[in-house]
Amino acid sequence: MSASSTLAESTPVDTMRERFGAVTTEILDRDDSVALVLADISADRFRSVAKRHPDRVVNMGIREQLLVSVGGGLALTGLRPIVHSYAPFLVERAFEQVKLDLGHQGVGAVLVSIGGSYDRVESGRTHQAPGDVAAIGTLPGWTVHVPGHADEAELLLRSAVADSGRVYLRLSERTNGRAQLARPGRAVRVRTGRRGTVVAVGAMLDPVLDATGDVDVTVLYAATVRPFDTHAVRSTLAEPNVVLVEPYLAGTSSHLLTDGLRDTPHRLLALGVRDAELHRYGAVEDHDQAHGLDPAGLRRDITRFLDPAA
Amino acid sequence: MTVATITPSTAGYTDLPSLIRQMSGDEKHEPSAHSTLDVLWVLYDRILDVTPERVDDPARDRFILSKGHGPMAYYAVLAVKGFLPVDALRTFTGVDSPLGTHPDRLLIPGVEVSSGSLGHGLPLSVGIALGLRAQGLGDSRIVCLVGDAELDEGSNHEAIAVARAFGLDALTVVVIDNDTATHGWPDGIANRFAVEGWATADVYGRDHEQLAAALSLSHAGRPNVVVAHVESPGEDVDSLGEAVA
Repeated sequence: MSASSTLAESTPVDTMRERFGAVTTEILDRDDSVALVLADISADRFRSVAKRHPDRVVNMGIREQLLVSVGGGLALTGLRPIVHSYAPFLVERAFEQVKLDLGHQGVGAVLVSIGGSYDRVESGRTHQAPGDVAAIGTLPGWTVHVPGHADEAELLLRSAVADSGRVYLRLSERTNGRAQLARPGRAVRVRTGRRGTVVAVGAMLDPVLDATGDVDVTVLYAATVRPFDTHAVRSTLAEPNVVLVEPYLAGTSSHLLTDGLRDTPHRLLALGVRDAELHRYGAVEDHDQAHGLDPAGLRRDITRFLDPAA
Repeated sequence: MTVATITPSTAGYTDLPSLIRQMSGDEKHEPSAHSTLDVLWVLYDRILDVTPERVDDPARDRFILSKGHGPMAYYAVLAVKGFLPVDALRTFTGVDSPLGTHPDRLLIPGVEVSSGSLGHGLPLSVGIALGLRAQGLGDSRIVCLVGDAELDEGSNHEAIAVARAFGLDALTVVVIDNDTATHGWPDGIANRFAVEGWATADVYGRDHEQLAAALSLSHAGRPNVVVAHVESPGEDVDSLGEAVA
């Protein structure tokens, strides 16, 4: 698969969060088996649809435990809940509710977070959750999507709502210039090279392409990390040098890649948000640089990995 | 009546002790040691509109045991009412048993919610009530049983406020109050619900007529709570009955 098969060629005109609002509103108007549960965050975006469907668009106020539990209760009655807040409040504050009131009950929901790892860089650590995917990854049966473009977010949202399982859809303010994803769950080969494979997740694709413009590597793009399309990595591997670049905690998907490559001696470099808490505000670019996720930092780490003796 | 002759068509309240003993193996303690026993019996015998044949009927009433600890009384009542084979009781906590010390809804048809960790049943019940109402099933009742110590969990208080805000009159909470909350509830548990606008009732949790009457009270437009006072662990049953009555 090459870039010519991509879904869209245009720079998005809206953010993933805006697209989530528009598409969810459309779904709620069309499908009375879908419900939306809020905890004040984004409630202003759903004011009019909440008036049209007051029984299916419900705002708990600032109560995240109840947010997730109500999602579980709605699912127990056969509705398909979409449950939404900032990532740290949705996943970390209400983690036992995610574990017990959805998974343990054997019911599904679509959890939609915003905030990414440090979209809200000026807000500090309280509004950041680089460990969210790792946390969800400890729970069985979850699908995790990390779109890199509003068009992909829409595609993944629609497919998640049409499903009945447990889906975590992680939205971000960060975006790639163009959408790559054609089929939910499948990684896309963006570039072919000979010296190794760089797997870019979500909005890390553009910085990876910037960083590796003259480096002879295959670049794969993944917008779904649970399950991880390790088959695509295995089947496109030239040299067994694999770099995984994730926009959240470094190494979150390393074990899945090594498991998928267990019959191939290989080297793996896992890049992502580092685990030190920075105690810094500033701009997202400052934090990209601090975590080595800016094009210069990625280039440095990737080329050193490919040429360790240099 | 011996265990072998107990069938759903003939069994009743008086069979519960022998059924519980199949799980506990305990000959010393009377079933009154199970604080939830009388509430559970009254609910399944006189209040809830649900049968073993209707566990998948969207319009059934739903009982949510939030306080998942000590579920032997629950299992015994489910067995008497035909939701569970009586034979299953003696397998209690076995590796192939559907019955553990916390109930699992995926193992027992008719168990609405898997519980154990405290403070989940009532928030889930709010979601169930919202979901049923959204689907035109607002006549189905949701009865959630919590313990007085379980109310320590803050998640309950998120649910108590929101249940009234949404006017969830299909929802009834029964609080088994055996006075085990570490810091107590000054001014009583019912007040914690009353300030949020719930209908409230305090009853003696061993008196079936009092329980049935309180569980049948109309409370249009708002949820209600029935605080069922029972003896504290080790306390004499009869003395508390006189105090509450």
